[in-house]
Amino acid sequence: MEVRKDQYNAYVTAVTPVHSVAKNTMYAFLSGGIVCTLGEFVMEYLKGRGAEEQAAGVWTLLLLIFVSVVLTGLNIFQKIARVCGAGVLVPITGFANSVASPALEYKAEGQVFGIGCRIFAIAGPVILYGTLASGALGTLYWLGTVMGL
Amino acid sequence: MEPVEYLKAFLVGGSICAAVQILMDRTKLMPGRIMVMLVITGSVLGFLGIYEPFAKWAGAGATVPLLGFGNTLWKGVRDAVDEEGALGIFKGGLTAGSAGIAAALLFGYLASLIFRPKMKD
Amino acid sequence: MQAGKSSVQFDKPPIVTAAASIVGEKEGKGPIGNCFDQIEPDPMFGKKSWEEAESELQRRTAEVCLSKAGLTPEDIRYLFAGDLLGQIVATSFGVGSLEIPMFGLYGACSTMGESMVLGSMTVGAGYADRIMAMASSHFASAERQFRFPLAYGNQRPLSSTWTVTGCGSVIIEKADGYSMENGNMPLAKITGITCGKVVDMQFRDSMNMGAAMAMAAVDTILQNFRDFAVVPGCYDKIITGDLGLTGRKILCDFTEQAGYDLKGIHMDCGLRIFDCENQDTHSGGSGCGCSAATLCGYILPRLQSREWKKVLFVPTGALLSPVSFNEGRSVPGIAHAVVLESI
Repeated sequence: MEVRKDQYNAYVTAVTPVHSVAKNTMYAFLSGGIVCTLGEFVMEYLKGRGAEEQAAGVWTLLLLIFVSVVLTGLNIFQKIARVCGAGVLVPITGFANSVASPALEYKAEGQVFGIGCRIFAIAGPVILYGTLASGALGTLYWLGTVMGL
Repeated sequence: MEPVEYLKAFLVGGSICAAVQILMDRTKLMPGRIMVMLVITGSVLGFLGIYEPFAKWAGAGATVPLLGFGNTLWKGVRDAVDEEGALGIFKGGLTAGSAGIAAALLFGYLASLIFRPKMKD
Repeated sequence: MQAGKSSVQFDKPPIVTAAASIVGEKEGKGPIGNCFDQIEPDPMFGKKSWEEAESELQRRTAEVCLSKAGLTPEDIRYLFAGDLLGQIVATSFGVGSLEIPMFGLYGACSTMGESMVLGSMTVGAGYADRIMAMASSHFASAERQFRFPLAYGNQRPLSSTWTVTGCGSVIIEKADGYSMENGNMPLAKITGITCGKVVDMQFRDSMNMGAAMAMAAVDTILQNFRDFAVVPGCYDKIITGDLGLTGRKILCDFTEQAGYDLKGIHMDCGLRIFDCENQDTHSGGSGCGCSAATLCGYILPRLQSREWKKVLFVPTGALLSPVSFNEGRSVPGIAHAVVLESI
């Protein structure tokens, strides 16, 4: 074949169609905005009922997680995500979907090796690297406190 | 509650999602990598003292995206270090993030009992 | 006899005497949905897992093929079959009950080509009077092996293809002694084959399989032209497996560079089986079942009716595994060509 392999990638990029970034971005903006507004709404409602700021925040996340998991089970979340992309992936809803979807999918392989091993197939890295980052930064912070900064 | 709070949540949350969408479309990064980047970024922004005031201002617009989860982990570590010293490095993060993680696990598991995987169409 | 560098020209061309295809609901709603023998509305095929479903799909397709030919499993000397799953479990668990001596094949989405190439060589050489070649894929089992759990909310890039839920099965036998009584007209004859080689363009985007496989198709098609000293005009159609829109563009560009214009006679099974715009499949259909079902339901009947006299059937495969991909390896392609002629 006469084509140089390093040129092939550039050629392919040129002939491969891509989604309209403007359209995708707009959908992500609107849907992400709506999810966060819903969150704000729940938070304000709970605070209005006398919940503390932090507790209201946590309850809000729990509710969003619950709704995402149910929508995932009903095969609705996937349809929303296909259009909205990052709009539902970036909020905590995406995290919930990434835990629920392998749980559903790998049930056939059993409770332990199916659901048990695979439930964090997508979300596990988030927890590992979140813990790693906060632990590393916490170490810096702790060193700071020890040295009396 | 002022309508402006909702507007802020909408605009801030929407903007974060839109920025990530552009990143995804431009770089072809897999969603798993994106989620990891968001959490780490949230922790770092928290450490730099940026995320906390930002979240105070933007409300759910800042706490609902995964960036907020990263910030929560960092905040947990910081508070625990203040209370218990070095032990807090190990205890703080997962303690603060426990509600979100446990909820996803519990609801996810229950969903696996109730629902069957379905075909996409 | 051997032809050129990697082809075989059959002295006594084996004939395709029966073909069967079963597809899923989405394929059944596609532009050629009415060509298939069965459309199964239940994606689980009455089973408990996607892998079992694909096995059932293969078993059923083999049985439909046998019954169309009026044969029993004992009449088949060898079975050449494969699928996309790790260790080709859909095949092993699907065809075991038939008790036909079997060669399990993996050629990614090119498996139907590979099985027909090996099957026709076996028959052509006289080592078997009658064989069956079969390949299948299932959207759900492929998706969960190669990509994400089905319930995961990912966005598919426009270059991505949709794995066909489907299976195609053909019976290939020697022409000598075949009885055409009772109107048993064979579908086509296999006059030659070209075996493809692994073509690695150091391409790494697993969401753009068309681009990963297109150069393998170009390589095999040009090799076929050289080995048989033919030009594209000798074929009514040159039919690739699952290049999709992106792959078709690449194929046409590079064959044009080599001095051949394929635009008019090229057809891609992945573009034929789905309506890419209205069925939201983006670049087209893919998977072993894509070329296999299209061959059995759409291509062979057109050869039988002599609408087409001679076609080059070139299923294409992308040779990656989830492990090779995670380890940062490229996605090489392969394509095998079968020369099919009307009787």
